[in-house]
Amino acid sequence: MNIGIEHYLVLSAILFVIGAYGVLVRKNLIIVLMSLELMLNAANLAFIAFSRASGDMTGHVFMIMSITVAAAEVAVGLALLVSIYSHRESLDIDILKLLKG
Amino acid sequence: METVVFYVFAALALAGGLMVISFKNPVSSALSLVLTLFSTAVLFVLLLAHFVAVIQILVYAGAIMILFLFTVMFLNLKSEALKFESKHLGFKVSALLVILLFVGYFASLGFKKGLFLSNTSVSEMEGFGTVQGVGTTLFLDYLLPFELTSILILVAIIGVVVIAKKRSN
Repeated sequence: MNIGIEHYLVLSAILFVIGAYGVLVRKNLIIVLMSLELMLNAANLAFIAFSRASGDMTGHVFMIMSITVAAAEVAVGLALLVSIYSHRESLDIDILKLLKG
Repeated sequence: METVVFYVFAALALAGGLMVISFKNPVSSALSLVLTLFSTAVLFVLLLAHFVAVIQILVYAGAIMILFLFTVMFLNLKSEALKFESKHLGFKVSALLVILLFVGYFASLGFKKGLFLSNTSVSEMEGFGTVQGVGTTLFLDYLLPFELTSILILVAIIGVVVIAKKRSN
């Protein structure tokens, strides 16, 4: 028996909420980046679910693009993180308020 | 059968997600994130997206997570660098409420429109989600975006090298 697409969409929404909560609440920069990955992953799940529902494979292509963007984003984010840590010996995102101009 | 697999791996994905945002140690969080990504890959297989599921495991659970773990170990974090005073309870509750409000609003919009939910028999077509199917779509209809992706990756590589380089002065 088949599961309706709604189940996947609800799961995707819950994962997105968990990720967004992590981005807002955690102060460790590494875990904030991981929560961002969680949000992107939730969006990917929604893409694939809609792609299955409509029988159109554009969603798969878009998901591959999204993975590429996620990889680039993680690479740049982690480079910034290494740079911040070597300057300040801390991963607390609240020290980044010193960036304000 | 499919129902059981869906609920088991959906529960695993949610448990992994909750563990990501609750562990103190980044390494534990990274391993929980692998659990979530792997469970999502299983759900992709249920949605007939076989190629994308393999890509998910290879690129996400493989490459990106290795990058995270490598960075954590490269930084050689001292234990006091992991101690953060957590945000106020009021901030946490209000953040959760705001997120739920936004997501609930868009979810209710989606479900009100009805979209094309519920009929899943459309896509029993030939080659759906295989390497050939995805490849045909990617290289015939979306060739230009695919090529532009390489520019994005090039920019990311150059950016990373410039950002992470040791300043000599």
